[in-house]
Amino acid sequence: MDSSTLTIAGKTFTSRLIVGTGKYSSPSVMVKAHEASGAEMITVAVRRVNISVPRGGGAPRESKEASLLDYIDPSKYFLLPNTAGCYTADEAVRTARLGREAGLSNWVKLEVIGDERTLFPDNEALIEATRTLVREGFVVLPYTNDDPVACRKLEDAGAAAVMPLGAPIGSGLGIQNVNNIRIIREFSHVPVIVDAGVGTASDASQAMELGADGVLMNTAIAGAQDPVAMAEAMKLAVRAGRLAYLAGRIPRKMYASASSPVEGLVGR
Amino acid sequence: MNGDRYELAGPVTVSSLLAQLDIDPRRVAVEHNLVVLKRATFETTTVREGDQVEIVNFVGGG
Repeated sequence: MDSSTLTIAGKTFTSRLIVGTGKYSSPSVMVKAHEASGAEMITVAVRRVNISVPRGGGAPRESKEASLLDYIDPSKYFLLPNTAGCYTADEAVRTARLGREAGLSNWVKLEVIGDERTLFPDNEALIEATRTLVREGFVVLPYTNDDPVACRKLEDAGAAAVMPLGAPIGSGLGIQNVNNIRIIREFSHVPVIVDAGVGTASDASQAMELGADGVLMNTAIAGAQDPVAMAEAMKLAVRAGRLAYLAGRIPRKMYASASSPVEGLVGR
Repeated sequence: MNGDRYELAGPVTVSSLLAQLDIDPRRVAVEHNLVVLKRATFETTTVREGDQVEIVNFVGGG
């Protein structure tokens, strides 16, 4: 039983855990957390280079900060650019194209946000952008609502996986709609990655126990008091959850059924 | 450029624009008038007055 590898669009990853690069207190903590997580796929955002005119005038220059890529070894990790912060299909498609040129692959974590407060996806625009990018040869992994119908439409549009949210991004609430995740798994012919909402290790295990093929998280690790320890906890949780799913859990019952023999009791 | 106005001395190739800005071309992507450029075309693409340029790189995200 192979509980650890994940295959999407014909590419096999050594871990079912996908982690982000945002919100870390320092690059060195991020590097250690990535190592501890055992993840192979790592998400990154695409943003404008910071250009400014130096104090005292002169020609505009890039305001130099160390590049994120200085801290990620491309021989060890597979970079998945996202379209986070995009609110229209158009913006998301442009960002995906830029991400493809900045990186080395045609993979994209597609986000088209529909609401600022919840960061819930705009399904209609998401499906449209998926269609466009699939036509252009992208491997599209859309971040979507925990809606089985939306997931089916995304799969029909050519998504290589579907990534339903467990709860709002960065909320740490855990999986809010357990049944929907299970139904999405049942309906889908592509991998299901629970993306967003994980707060702690048991949430990741639960996602895997429900049958998810993988879990994607950022804040749960980066925002933990000890991100490196949490990264390791998540690695173990994802493996444990997957093993439990494959092992097949016992049915839930209302009353007890004794584990020890009921015969041969002393004094009876 | 990246949503702000910048004065250029005259038309420049994307390669020399990046050099002027002290940007390593290997770690950015460039969009010129809404068309994303292949890195190989940085040398041959010219930026002129009124053009719209986006220069992006990877930053932390989830």
